[in-house]
Amino acid sequence: MTVWEKLRPYGMVAPAIIIFALFFIYPIFYMIYLSMFDWNFVSPTKTYVGFQNFKDLLAEPDFRQVLSNTTVYTVLTVTLTTGIALLLALWMNRKSFFHGFVQGAIFSPHIISLVSISLLWSWLMDPEYGLLNWVIGLAGFGKLEWLSHPSTSLISLVMVAVWKGLGYNALVFIAGLQSIPADIYEAASLDRSKPWTTFTKLILPMLSPTIFFLVIINMIGSFQVFETIAIMTQGGPVNSTNTLVYYIYEYGFRFFKIGYASAAGVILLVIVGILTMIYFKLLSNRVHYR
Amino acid sequence: MKAIDRTIGGSPIGAAAEDKWTSIRSKKMILRKALRAALRALNLAGLLALVLIFAMPFVWMISTSLKTLPETMIFPPEWIPKSPVWQNYADAWNTGPFLRYFVNSVVIAVGILILQMLTIIPASYAFARYKFKGSNFLFGIVMVTLMIPAQLIFLPVYLELSAFKLLNTHLGLILPFASSAFGIFLLRQAFMQISDELLEAARLDQAAEWKIIIKIMVPMVKPVLVTFALFSFIAHWNDYFWPLVMTTNETARTLPLGIAKIREVEGVATWNILMAGNLILVAPILVVFFLSQRQIIKAFVYNGVK
Repeated sequence: MTVWEKLRPYGMVAPAIIIFALFFIYPIFYMIYLSMFDWNFVSPTKTYVGFQNFKDLLAEPDFRQVLSNTTVYTVLTVTLTTGIALLLALWMNRKSFFHGFVQGAIFSPHIISLVSISLLWSWLMDPEYGLLNWVIGLAGFGKLEWLSHPSTSLISLVMVAVWKGLGYNALVFIAGLQSIPADIYEAASLDRSKPWTTFTKLILPMLSPTIFFLVIINMIGSFQVFETIAIMTQGGPVNSTNTLVYYIYEYGFRFFKIGYASAAGVILLVIVGILTMIYFKLLSNRVHYR
Repeated sequence: MKAIDRTIGGSPIGAAAEDKWTSIRSKKMILRKALRAALRALNLAGLLALVLIFAMPFVWMISTSLKTLPETMIFPPEWIPKSPVWQNYADAWNTGPFLRYFVNSVVIAVGILILQMLTIIPASYAFARYKFKGSNFLFGIVMVTLMIPAQLIFLPVYLELSAFKLLNTHLGLILPFASSAFGIFLLRQAFMQISDELLEAARLDQAAEWKIIIKIMVPMVKPVLVTFALFSFIAHWNDYFWPLVMTTNETARTLPLGIAKIREVEGVATWNILMAGNLILVAPILVVFFLSQRQIIKAFVYNGVK
Protein backbone atom coordinates (compact mmCIF):
# COMPACT_ATOMS: atom_id res chain seq x y z
CA MET A 1 0.00 0.00 0.00
CA THR A 2 1.47 3.29 -1.02
CA VAL A 3 1.50 6.31 1.26
CA TRP A 4 -1.08 7.96 -0.97
CA GLU A 5 -3.41 5.01 -0.59
CA LYS A 6 -3.03 5.19 3.17
CA LEU A 7 -3.75 8.90 3.24
CA ARG A 8 -6.61 8.81 0.76
CA PRO A 9 -9.43 8.01 3.20
CA TYR A 10 -8.35 10.85 5.45
CA GLY A 11 -8.37 13.24 2.53
CA MET A 12 -11.83 12.09 1.59
CA VAL A 13 -13.39 12.59 5.00
CA ALA A 14 -11.42 15.75 5.80
CA PRO A 15 -13.72 18.42 4.26
CA ALA A 16 -16.78 17.08 6.04
CA ILE A 17 -14.98 16.56 9.34
CA ILE A 18 -13.53 20.09 9.20
CA ILE A 19 -16.99 21.55 8.70
CA PHE A 20 -18.37 19.50 11.60
CA ALA A 21 -15.44 20.40 13.81
CA LEU A 22 -15.75 24.11 13.03
CA PHE A 23 -19.50 24.49 13.18
CA PHE A 24 -20.70 21.72 15.50
CA ILE A 25 -17.99 20.32 17.75
CA TYR A 26 -15.99 23.44 18.50
CA PRO A 27 -19.09 25.56 19.20
CA ILE A 28 -20.14 23.08 21.87
CA PHE A 29 -16.91 23.57 23.77
CA TYR A 30 -17.04 27.30 23.15
CA MET A 31 -20.57 27.35 24.55
CA ILE A 32 -19.50 25.43 27.66
CA TYR A 33 -16.65 27.92 28.08
CA LEU A 34 -18.93 30.92 27.63
CA SER A 35 -21.43 29.52 30.11
CA MET A 36 -18.96 30.30 32.90
CA PHE A 37 -18.64 33.97 32.05
CA ASP A 38 -20.67 37.10 32.43
CA TRP A 39 -20.54 38.84 29.07
CA ASN A 40 -22.83 41.18 27.16
CA PHE A 41 -21.32 40.60 23.69
CA VAL A 42 -20.29 44.26 23.26
CA SER A 43 -17.90 44.74 26.14
CA PRO A 44 -14.29 43.67 25.50
CA THR A 45 -13.98 41.91 28.85
CA LYS A 46 -15.59 38.70 29.94
CA THR A 47 -15.94 38.21 33.68
CA TYR A 48 -15.40 34.70 35.00
CA VAL A 49 -18.29 33.69 37.25
CA GLY A 50 -17.87 29.91 37.51
CA PHE A 51 -21.17 28.09 37.85
CA GLN A 52 -23.09 31.18 38.92
CA ASN A 53 -25.05 31.31 35.63
CA PHE A 54 -26.28 27.76 36.19
CA LYS A 55 -27.24 28.49 39.80
CA ASP A 56 -29.14 31.60 38.71
CA LEU A 57 -30.86 29.76 35.91
CA LEU A 58 -32.02 26.82 37.98
CA ALA A 59 -33.22 29.14 40.73
CA GLU A 60 -35.29 31.18 38.32
CA PRO A 61 -38.97 30.13 38.20
CA ASP A 62 -39.26 31.29 34.58
CA PHE A 63 -36.51 28.92 33.51
CA ARG A 64 -38.04 26.02 35.39
CA GLN A 65 -41.23 26.67 33.54
CA VAL A 66 -39.28 26.73 30.28
CA LEU A 67 -37.86 23.31 31.13
CA SER A 68 -41.24 21.88 31.96
CA ASN A 69 -42.82 23.48 28.86
CA THR A 70 -40.17 21.92 26.64
CA THR A 71 -40.60 18.51 28.27
CA VAL A 72 -44.39 18.57 28.08
CA TYR A 73 -44.26 19.77 24.48
CA THR A 74 -41.77 17.07 23.47
CA VAL A 75 -43.50 14.19 25.24
CA LEU A 76 -46.92 15.14 23.89
CA THR A 77 -45.72 15.80 20.36
CA VAL A 78 -43.63 12.65 20.08
CA THR A 79 -46.22 10.26 21.54
CA LEU A 80 -49.17 11.77 19.69
CA THR A 81 -47.38 12.00 16.36
CA THR A 82 -45.87 8.53 16.49
CA GLY A 83 -48.97 6.89 17.96
CA ILE A 84 -51.54 8.42 15.62
CA ALA A 85 -49.23 7.92 12.66
CA LEU A 86 -48.97 4.20 13.43
CA LEU A 87 -52.77 3.88 13.55
CA LEU A 88 -53.09 5.83 10.31
CA ALA A 89 -50.47 3.64 8.67
CA LEU A 90 -52.23 0.40 9.67
CA TRP A 91 -55.43 1.87 8.28
CA MET A 92 -54.05 3.33 5.07
CA ASN A 93 -51.55 0.64 4.14
CA ARG A 94 -53.22 -0.11 0.82
CA LYS A 95 -52.17 0.51 -2.71
CA SER A 96 -54.87 2.33 -4.62
CA PHE A 97 -55.13 5.64 -6.38
CA PHE A 98 -57.35 7.03 -3.66
CA HIS A 99 -55.08 5.90 -0.85
CA GLY A 100 -52.14 7.40 -2.70
CA PHE A 101 -54.02 10.67 -2.96
CA VAL A 102 -54.85 10.71 0.76
CA GLN A 103 -51.25 9.89 1.62
CA GLY A 104 -50.10 12.80 -0.53
CA ALA A 105 -52.55 15.14 1.16
CA ILE A 106 -51.50 14.31 4.70
CA PHE A 107 -47.83 14.42 3.72
CA SER A 108 -47.97 17.90 2.18
CA PRO A 109 -47.41 19.93 5.39
CA HIS A 110 -44.07 18.20 5.80
CA ILE A 111 -42.49 19.99 2.86
CA ILE A 112 -43.90 23.43 3.64
CA SER A 113 -41.99 26.09 5.49
CA LEU A 114 -42.72 26.35 9.20
CA VAL A 115 -43.19 30.06 8.60
CA SER A 116 -46.17 29.34 6.36
CA ILE A 117 -47.57 26.81 8.76
CA SER A 118 -47.17 29.13 11.73
CA LEU A 119 -48.82 32.05 9.96
CA LEU A 120 -51.60 29.88 8.62
CA TRP A 121 -52.38 28.35 12.00
CA SER A 122 -52.18 31.69 13.80
CA TRP A 123 -54.97 32.76 11.50
CA LEU A 124 -56.91 29.49 11.85
CA MET A 125 -56.64 29.82 15.63
CA ASP A 126 -57.63 33.48 15.72
CA PRO A 127 -59.96 33.74 18.75
CA GLU A 128 -62.38 36.10 17.04
CA TYR A 129 -62.52 35.27 13.33
CA GLY A 130 -60.57 32.00 13.12
CA LEU A 131 -61.83 29.02 11.18
CA LEU A 132 -61.12 26.62 14.02
CA ASN A 133 -63.59 28.28 16.33
CA TRP A 134 -66.17 28.06 13.58
CA VAL A 135 -65.46 24.32 13.16
CA ILE A 136 -65.75 23.53 16.87
CA GLY A 137 -68.82 25.78 16.91
CA LEU A 138 -70.43 23.44 14.36
CA ALA A 139 -69.79 20.62 16.82
CA GLY A 140 -71.55 22.61 19.52
CA PHE A 141 -68.57 23.91 21.44
CA GLY A 142 -67.99 27.50 22.50
CA LYS A 143 -65.14 29.64 21.23
CA LEU A 144 -61.66 28.84 22.47
CA GLU A 145 -58.82 31.30 22.94
CA TRP A 146 -56.23 28.85 21.52
CA LEU A 147 -52.85 30.61 21.49
CA SER A 148 -54.04 33.59 23.51
CA HIS A 149 -54.74 31.73 26.74
CA PRO A 150 -52.04 30.09 28.88
CA SER A 151 -54.15 27.00 29.48
CA THR A 152 -54.51 26.15 25.79
CA SER A 153 -51.47 27.76 24.18
CA LEU A 154 -48.96 24.93 24.57
CA ILE A 155 -51.41 22.23 23.50
CA SER A 156 -52.31 24.37 20.48
CA LEU A 157 -48.67 24.36 19.45
CA VAL A 158 -48.54 20.58 19.95
CA MET A 159 -51.57 20.33 17.66
CA VAL A 160 -49.77 22.22 14.92
CA ALA A 161 -46.67 20.06 15.31
CA VAL A 162 -48.71 16.86 15.12
CA TRP A 163 -50.56 18.18 12.07
CA LYS A 164 -47.28 18.89 10.37
CA GLY A 165 -45.52 15.66 11.32
CA LEU A 166 -48.31 13.14 10.97
CA GLY A 167 -48.07 12.53 7.24
CA TYR A 168 -44.34 11.99 7.22
CA ASN A 169 -44.50 9.64 10.18
CA ALA A 170 -47.42 7.68 8.73
CA LEU A 171 -45.66 7.23 5.41
CA VAL A 172 -42.49 6.03 7.10
CA PHE A 173 -44.61 3.51 9.00
CA ILE A 174 -46.30 2.42 5.78
CA ALA A 175 -42.88 1.88 4.24
CA GLY A 176 -41.97 -0.18 7.30
CA LEU A 177 -45.16 -2.23 7.07
CA GLN A 178 -44.60 -2.91 3.40
CA SER A 179 -41.10 -4.18 4.06
CA ILE A 180 -42.51 -6.95 6.29
CA PRO A 181 -42.47 -10.06 4.08
CA ALA A 182 -45.95 -11.19 2.99
CA ASP A 183 -45.32 -14.81 3.93
CA ILE A 184 -45.07 -13.80 7.57
CA TYR A 185 -48.61 -12.45 7.43
CA GLU A 186 -49.69 -15.64 5.69
CA ALA A 187 -48.09 -17.81 8.33
CA ALA A 188 -49.86 -15.79 11.01
CA SER A 189 -53.23 -16.15 9.33
CA LEU A 190 -52.66 -19.89 8.83
CA ASP A 191 -51.97 -20.18 12.52
CA ARG A 192 -55.28 -18.38 13.09
CA SER A 193 -53.49 -15.81 15.13
CA LYS A 194 -55.86 -13.12 16.40
CA PRO A 195 -55.38 -9.68 14.83
CA TRP A 196 -54.30 -8.20 18.15
CA THR A 197 -51.76 -10.99 18.72
CA THR A 198 -50.46 -10.58 15.17
CA PHE A 199 -50.07 -6.89 15.87
CA THR A 200 -48.28 -7.14 19.23
CA LYS A 201 -46.23 -10.27 18.59
CA LEU A 202 -45.41 -9.77 14.96
CA ILE A 203 -46.00 -6.36 13.42
CA LEU A 204 -44.81 -4.33 16.38
CA PRO A 205 -41.46 -6.16 16.79
CA MET A 206 -40.87 -6.01 13.04
CA LEU A 207 -41.61 -2.29 13.12
CA SER A 208 -39.36 -1.52 16.07
CA PRO A 209 -36.47 -0.16 13.95
CA THR A 210 -38.95 2.20 12.32
CA ILE A 211 -40.39 3.27 15.66
CA PHE A 212 -36.86 3.83 16.91
CA PHE A 213 -36.03 6.00 13.93
CA LEU A 214 -39.20 8.05 14.22
CA VAL A 215 -39.04 8.62 17.96
CA ILE A 216 -35.46 9.85 17.67
CA ILE A 217 -36.24 12.13 14.74
CA ASN A 218 -39.37 13.50 16.41
CA MET A 219 -37.62 14.04 19.69
CA ILE A 220 -34.76 15.95 18.13
CA GLY A 221 -37.27 18.04 16.19
CA SER A 222 -39.44 18.78 19.21
CA PHE A 223 -36.56 19.75 21.43
CA GLN A 224 -35.42 22.40 19.02
CA VAL A 225 -38.87 23.83 18.41
CA PHE A 226 -38.50 27.50 17.67
CA GLU A 227 -40.29 28.71 14.54
CA THR A 228 -43.85 28.11 15.63
CA ILE A 229 -43.13 29.75 18.98
CA ALA A 230 -41.28 32.74 17.55
CA ILE A 231 -44.03 33.44 15.04
CA MET A 232 -47.18 32.33 16.84
CA THR A 233 -46.71 33.14 20.52
CA GLN A 234 -43.29 34.68 21.26
CA GLY A 235 -43.19 32.44 24.31
CA GLY A 236 -46.40 33.85 25.75
CA PRO A 237 -48.94 34.29 27.08
CA VAL A 238 -47.28 34.59 30.49
CA ASN A 239 -44.37 32.34 29.54
CA SER A 240 -46.69 29.40 28.88
CA THR A 241 -45.09 28.48 25.55
CA ASN A 242 -41.52 29.55 26.21
CA THR A 243 -39.22 26.66 25.34
CA LEU A 244 -35.47 26.18 25.59
CA VAL A 245 -34.34 27.31 22.16
CA TYR A 246 -36.60 30.36 22.24
CA TYR A 247 -35.36 31.18 25.73
CA ILE A 248 -31.73 30.97 24.59
CA TYR A 249 -32.59 33.12 21.59
CA GLU A 250 -34.20 35.80 23.73
CA TYR A 251 -31.41 35.92 26.28
CA GLY A 252 -28.71 35.91 23.61
CA PHE A 253 -30.13 38.31 21.07
CA ARG A 254 -32.50 40.53 22.99
CA PHE A 255 -31.00 40.80 26.45
CA PHE A 256 -27.39 40.14 25.33
CA LYS A 257 -26.66 37.92 28.30
CA ILE A 258 -24.35 35.60 26.40
CA GLY A 259 -23.06 33.65 29.41
CA TYR A 260 -26.54 33.13 30.75
CA ALA A 261 -27.89 32.00 27.37
CA SER A 262 -24.90 29.67 26.93
CA ALA A 263 -25.59 28.09 30.31
CA ALA A 264 -29.16 27.40 29.17
CA GLY A 265 -27.68 25.93 25.99
CA VAL A 266 -25.45 23.62 28.01
CA ILE A 267 -28.45 22.43 30.01
CA LEU A 268 -30.29 21.66 26.76
CA LEU A 269 -27.20 19.82 25.54
CA VAL A 270 -27.10 17.68 28.67
CA ILE A 271 -30.80 16.82 28.39
CA VAL A 272 -30.54 15.87 24.73
CA GLY A 273 -27.38 13.86 25.47
CA ILE A 274 -28.91 11.91 28.35
CA LEU A 275 -32.10 11.18 26.41
CA THR A 276 -30.17 9.98 23.41
CA MET A 277 -28.02 7.69 25.53
CA ILE A 278 -30.95 6.22 27.44
CA TYR A 279 -32.68 5.65 24.19
CA PHE A 280 -29.76 3.88 22.56
CA LYS A 281 -29.32 1.72 25.66
CA LEU A 282 -32.98 0.72 25.74
CA LEU A 283 -32.99 0.03 22.07
CA SER A 284 -29.87 -2.05 21.93
CA ASN A 285 -31.66 -4.46 24.27
CA ARG A 286 -35.05 -4.37 22.67
CA VAL A 287 -34.92 -3.55 19.03
CA HIS A 288 -35.54 -6.52 16.82
CA TYR A 289 -33.24 -5.96 13.90
CA ARG A 290 -33.84 -7.70 10.64
CA MET B 1 -72.85 -26.63 11.81
CA LYS B 2 -75.56 -27.35 9.33
CA ALA B 3 -74.55 -30.96 8.88
CA ILE B 4 -74.52 -31.59 12.61
CA ASP B 5 -77.89 -29.89 13.12
CA ARG B 6 -79.44 -32.06 10.49
CA THR B 7 -78.60 -35.28 12.24
CA ILE B 8 -79.89 -34.13 15.60
CA GLY B 9 -82.70 -36.39 16.65
CA GLY B 10 -81.67 -38.95 14.09
CA SER B 11 -84.36 -37.99 11.64
CA PRO B 12 -84.08 -36.01 8.43
CA ILE B 13 -85.13 -32.45 8.81
CA GLY B 14 -88.29 -31.42 7.03
CA ALA B 15 -88.60 -29.04 4.15
CA ALA B 16 -89.89 -26.27 6.41
CA ALA B 17 -86.81 -26.44 8.61
CA GLU B 18 -84.62 -26.45 5.53
CA ASP B 19 -86.31 -23.26 4.36
CA LYS B 20 -85.77 -21.70 7.76
CA TRP B 21 -82.11 -22.55 7.50
CA THR B 22 -81.59 -20.96 4.14
CA SER B 23 -83.45 -17.88 5.21
CA ILE B 24 -81.26 -17.55 8.31
CA ARG B 25 -78.23 -18.10 6.18
CA SER B 26 -79.24 -15.54 3.62
CA LYS B 27 -80.15 -13.12 6.39
CA LYS B 28 -76.69 -13.65 7.82
CA MET B 29 -75.19 -13.05 4.41
CA ILE B 30 -77.21 -9.89 3.90
CA LEU B 31 -76.15 -8.75 7.34
CA ARG B 32 -72.53 -9.48 6.56
CA LYS B 33 -72.79 -7.68 3.25
CA ALA B 34 -74.41 -4.71 4.95
CA LEU B 35 -71.69 -4.70 7.57
CA ARG B 36 -69.03 -4.79 4.91
CA ALA B 37 -70.69 -1.95 3.00
CA ALA B 38 -70.98 0.05 6.23
CA LEU B 39 -67.32 -0.54 6.97
CA ARG B 40 -66.38 0.54 3.48
CA ALA B 41 -68.48 3.67 3.81
CA LEU B 42 -66.92 4.37 7.19
CA ASN B 43 -63.47 3.85 5.75
CA LEU B 44 -64.24 6.23 2.89
CA ALA B 45 -65.75 8.80 5.23
CA GLY B 46 -62.68 8.57 7.43
CA LEU B 47 -60.33 9.08 4.52
CA LEU B 48 -62.36 12.04 3.31
CA ALA B 49 -62.31 13.57 6.79
CA LEU B 50 -58.55 13.13 6.80
CA VAL B 51 -58.19 14.90 3.45
CA LEU B 52 -60.39 17.69 4.78
CA ILE B 53 -58.26 18.14 7.90
CA PHE B 54 -55.20 18.58 5.74
CA ALA B 55 -56.67 20.41 2.75
CA MET B 56 -59.02 22.82 4.50
CA PRO B 57 -56.31 25.05 5.97
CA PHE B 58 -54.85 25.55 2.49
CA VAL B 59 -58.22 26.26 0.91
CA TRP B 60 -58.84 28.71 3.73
CA MET B 61 -55.50 30.36 3.05
CA ILE B 62 -56.38 30.88 -0.62
CA SER B 63 -59.83 32.14 0.28
CA THR B 64 -58.44 34.64 2.80
CA SER B 65 -55.76 35.86 0.40
CA LEU B 66 -58.48 37.06 -1.98
CA LYS B 67 -60.61 38.90 0.55
CA THR B 68 -60.84 42.54 1.52
CA LEU B 69 -59.78 43.33 5.07
CA PRO B 70 -63.37 43.79 6.34
CA GLU B 71 -64.28 40.47 4.75
CA THR B 72 -61.70 38.70 6.92
CA MET B 73 -63.51 40.03 9.97
CA ILE B 74 -66.81 38.25 9.48
CA PHE B 75 -67.92 35.52 11.82
CA PRO B 76 -69.12 32.95 10.97
CA PRO B 77 -66.56 33.09 8.16
CA GLU B 78 -67.49 33.08 4.49
CA TRP B 79 -65.59 30.77 2.17
CA ILE B 80 -65.91 32.66 -1.10
CA PRO B 81 -65.00 36.35 -1.29
CA LYS B 82 -67.52 38.53 -3.15
CA SER B 83 -65.00 39.75 -5.70
CA PRO B 84 -61.44 38.39 -5.49
CA VAL B 85 -58.85 41.02 -4.59
CA TRP B 86 -55.77 40.09 -6.64
CA GLN B 87 -54.12 43.31 -5.49
CA ASN B 88 -53.33 41.57 -2.17
CA TYR B 89 -50.55 39.62 -3.87
CA ALA B 90 -48.92 42.76 -5.25
CA ASP B 91 -49.31 44.41 -1.85
CA ALA B 92 -47.63 41.47 -0.14
CA TRP B 93 -44.77 41.46 -2.67
CA ASN B 94 -44.25 45.20 -2.15
CA THR B 95 -43.93 45.06 1.63
CA GLY B 96 -40.20 44.41 1.26
CA PRO B 97 -37.38 43.72 -1.21
CA PHE B 98 -38.89 40.44 -2.29
CA LEU B 99 -36.82 40.01 -5.43
CA ARG B 100 -33.72 40.12 -3.26
CA TYR B 101 -35.21 37.67 -0.77
CA PHE B 102 -35.98 35.33 -3.63
CA VAL B 103 -32.48 35.51 -5.14
CA ASN B 104 -30.94 35.01 -1.68
CA SER B 105 -33.09 31.95 -1.09
CA VAL B 106 -31.98 30.40 -4.38
CA VAL B 107 -28.28 31.22 -3.90
CA ILE B 108 -28.19 29.84 -0.38
CA ALA B 109 -30.19 26.65 -0.95
CA VAL B 110 -28.28 25.81 -4.16
CA GLY B 111 -24.91 26.74 -2.66
CA ILE B 112 -25.50 24.49 0.32
CA LEU B 113 -26.59 21.65 -1.93
CA ILE B 114 -23.52 21.81 -4.16
CA LEU B 115 -21.07 21.95 -1.26
CA GLN B 116 -22.86 19.13 0.51
CA MET B 117 -22.56 16.90 -2.54
CA LEU B 118 -18.86 17.65 -2.75
CA THR B 119 -18.24 16.83 0.91
CA ILE B 120 -20.60 13.96 1.66
CA ILE B 121 -19.88 11.74 -1.34
CA PRO B 122 -16.16 11.21 -0.66
CA ALA B 123 -16.63 11.07 3.11
CA SER B 124 -19.42 8.52 3.05
CA TYR B 125 -17.51 6.45 0.50
CA ALA B 126 -14.41 6.39 2.66
CA PHE B 127 -16.42 5.43 5.75
CA ALA B 128 -18.23 2.67 3.88
CA ARG B 129 -15.40 1.18 1.88
CA TYR B 130 -12.01 1.79 3.47
CA LYS B 131 -10.51 0.49 6.67
CA PHE B 132 -8.33 3.14 8.20
CA LYS B 133 -6.97 4.00 11.61
CA GLY B 134 -9.23 6.34 13.53
CA SER B 135 -12.19 5.76 11.24
CA ASN B 136 -14.34 4.83 14.23
CA PHE B 137 -13.39 8.02 15.99
CA LEU B 138 -14.04 10.15 12.91
CA PHE B 139 -17.36 8.44 12.29
CA GLY B 140 -18.12 9.11 15.94
CA ILE B 141 -17.78 12.81 15.14
CA VAL B 142 -20.33 12.36 12.35
CA MET B 143 -22.73 10.58 14.69
CA VAL B 144 -22.33 13.21 17.39
CA THR B 145 -23.00 15.92 14.81
CA LEU B 146 -26.08 14.02 13.69
CA MET B 147 -27.37 14.19 17.24
CA ILE B 148 -26.64 17.88 17.80
CA PRO B 149 -29.55 20.07 16.83
CA ALA B 150 -28.20 23.06 14.91
CA GLN B 151 -30.57 25.15 16.97
CA LEU B 152 -28.67 24.29 20.10
CA ILE B 153 -25.37 25.83 19.11
CA PHE B 154 -26.45 28.88 17.16
CA LEU B 155 -25.13 31.27 19.77
CA PRO B 156 -21.46 30.20 19.61
CA VAL B 157 -21.72 29.83 15.82
CA TYR B 158 -23.08 33.36 15.64
CA LEU B 159 -20.07 34.63 17.59
CA GLU B 160 -17.78 32.58 15.37
CA LEU B 161 -19.27 33.94 12.15
CA SER B 162 -19.17 37.42 13.59
CA ALA B 163 -15.44 36.96 14.28
CA PHE B 164 -14.94 35.77 10.68
CA LYS B 165 -16.95 38.82 9.48
CA LEU B 166 -19.41 36.46 7.82
CA LEU B 167 -22.64 37.76 9.32
CA ASN B 168 -25.09 39.10 6.73
CA THR B 169 -23.30 37.26 3.94
CA HIS B 170 -24.42 34.35 1.78
CA LEU B 171 -21.29 32.45 2.73
CA GLY B 172 -22.10 32.76 6.42
CA LEU B 173 -25.46 31.14 5.80
CA ILE B 174 -23.98 28.43 3.58
CA LEU B 175 -20.76 27.34 5.33
CA PRO B 176 -22.18 25.81 8.53
CA PHE B 177 -24.24 23.49 6.32
CA ALA B 178 -21.56 22.76 3.73
CA SER B 179 -21.62 19.17 4.90
CA SER B 180 -24.35 17.02 6.37
CA ALA B 181 -24.04 14.27 8.94
CA PHE B 182 -27.43 12.96 7.90
CA GLY B 183 -26.29 12.79 4.28
CA ILE B 184 -23.12 10.93 5.18
CA PHE B 185 -25.11 8.53 7.31
CA LEU B 186 -27.57 7.78 4.50
CA LEU B 187 -25.01 7.54 1.76
CA ARG B 188 -22.61 5.40 3.76
CA GLN B 189 -25.29 2.78 4.16
CA ALA B 190 -26.01 2.87 0.44
CA PHE B 191 -22.33 2.44 -0.40
CA MET B 192 -22.03 -0.46 2.04
CA GLN B 193 -24.83 -2.32 0.30
CA ILE B 194 -23.01 -2.48 -3.03
CA SER B 195 -21.58 -5.95 -3.49
CA ASP B 196 -17.83 -6.43 -3.31
CA GLU B 197 -17.74 -8.49 -6.50
CA LEU B 198 -18.60 -5.49 -8.61
CA LEU B 199 -15.79 -3.51 -7.07
CA GLU B 200 -13.29 -6.34 -7.43
CA ALA B 201 -14.17 -6.71 -11.11
CA ALA B 202 -13.51 -3.02 -11.66
CA ARG B 203 -10.26 -3.21 -9.72
CA LEU B 204 -9.09 -6.16 -11.84
CA ASP B 205 -9.48 -3.88 -14.84
CA GLN B 206 -6.83 -1.69 -13.23
CA ALA B 207 -9.16 1.29 -13.28
CA ALA B 208 -8.07 4.21 -11.14
CA GLU B 209 -9.86 4.31 -7.81
CA TRP B 210 -11.40 7.76 -8.32
CA LYS B 211 -12.70 6.64 -11.69
CA ILE B 212 -14.31 3.60 -10.10
CA ILE B 213 -15.95 5.83 -7.53
CA ILE B 214 -17.32 8.34 -10.01
CA LYS B 215 -18.21 6.02 -12.87
CA ILE B 216 -19.46 2.96 -11.03
CA MET B 217 -20.16 3.56 -7.36
CA VAL B 218 -21.86 6.97 -7.42
CA PRO B 219 -24.38 6.02 -10.13
CA MET B 220 -25.33 3.01 -8.01
CA VAL B 221 -26.38 5.22 -5.13
CA LYS B 222 -28.12 7.81 -7.29
CA PRO B 223 -31.57 7.23 -5.77
CA VAL B 224 -30.20 8.00 -2.32
CA LEU B 225 -28.39 11.06 -3.66
CA VAL B 226 -31.60 12.36 -5.24
CA THR B 227 -33.40 11.67 -1.98
CA PHE B 228 -30.90 13.63 -0.04
CA ALA B 229 -30.77 16.48 -2.56
CA LEU B 230 -34.55 16.95 -2.45
CA PHE B 231 -34.53 16.75 1.31
CA SER B 232 -31.70 19.24 1.69
CA PHE B 233 -33.03 21.75 -0.83
CA ILE B 234 -36.51 21.83 0.64
CA ALA B 235 -35.18 22.04 4.20
CA HIS B 236 -32.93 25.01 3.47
CA TRP B 237 -35.41 26.72 1.16
CA ASN B 238 -37.90 26.65 4.01
CA ASP B 239 -35.48 27.50 6.78
CA TYR B 240 -36.42 30.45 8.94
CA PHE B 241 -34.34 30.04 12.05
CA TRP B 242 -30.81 30.17 10.71
CA PRO B 243 -31.21 33.19 8.40
CA LEU B 244 -33.12 34.97 11.17
CA VAL B 245 -30.36 34.45 13.68
CA MET B 246 -27.40 35.05 11.37
CA THR B 247 -28.57 38.26 9.71
CA THR B 248 -29.06 41.74 11.07
CA ASN B 249 -30.05 43.46 7.82
CA GLU B 250 -31.70 42.69 4.49
CA THR B 251 -28.52 41.83 2.51
CA ALA B 252 -28.72 38.06 2.85
CA ARG B 253 -32.25 37.55 4.16
CA THR B 254 -34.43 34.91 2.55
CA LEU B 255 -38.08 34.53 1.51
CA PRO B 256 -39.42 32.97 4.73
CA LEU B 257 -38.05 35.95 6.69
CA GLY B 258 -39.65 38.37 4.26
CA ILE B 259 -43.03 36.69 4.62
CA ALA B 260 -42.82 36.52 8.41
CA LYS B 261 -41.93 40.21 8.44
CA ILE B 262 -45.20 41.22 6.80
CA ARG B 263 -46.79 40.53 10.12
CA GLU B 264 -44.41 42.79 12.01
CA VAL B 265 -44.74 45.65 9.51
CA GLU B 266 -48.47 46.05 9.75
CA GLY B 267 -49.99 47.33 12.96
CA VAL B 268 -53.36 45.63 12.46
CA ALA B 269 -53.43 41.96 11.58
CA THR B 270 -53.96 42.19 7.82
CA TRP B 271 -54.60 38.51 7.39
CA ASN B 272 -55.54 38.88 3.73
CA ILE B 273 -52.14 40.37 2.78
CA LEU B 274 -50.37 37.93 5.05
CA MET B 275 -52.07 34.92 3.49
CA ALA B 276 -51.30 36.27 0.00
CA GLY B 277 -47.63 36.50 0.93
CA ASN B 278 -47.82 33.08 2.49
CA LEU B 279 -49.22 31.68 -0.74
CA ILE B 280 -46.29 33.17 -2.67
CA LEU B 281 -44.00 31.14 -0.42
CA VAL B 282 -46.05 27.94 -0.42
CA ALA B 283 -47.40 27.73 -3.97
CA PRO B 284 -44.16 26.83 -5.80
CA ILE B 285 -43.37 24.00 -3.40
CA LEU B 286 -46.94 22.70 -3.41
CA VAL B 287 -47.07 22.77 -7.23
CA VAL B 288 -43.79 20.86 -7.47
CA PHE B 289 -45.06 18.47 -4.84
CA PHE B 290 -48.27 17.64 -6.66
CA LEU B 291 -46.46 17.26 -9.98
CA SER B 292 -43.85 14.88 -8.64
CA GLN B 293 -45.59 13.70 -5.50
CA ARG B 294 -44.52 10.11 -5.88
CA GLN B 295 -40.83 10.87 -6.29
CA ILE B 296 -40.78 13.36 -3.43
CA ILE B 297 -42.56 11.04 -1.02
CA LYS B 298 -40.25 8.28 -2.13
CA ALA B 299 -37.32 10.61 -1.62
CA PHE B 300 -38.33 11.54 1.89
CA VAL B 301 -39.71 8.27 3.08
CA TYR B 302 -38.83 5.14 1.21
CA ASN B 303 -35.20 5.72 0.43
CA GLY B 304 -34.56 7.49 3.66
CA VAL B 305 -35.39 4.76 6.11
CA LYS B 306 -33.76 1.62 4.87
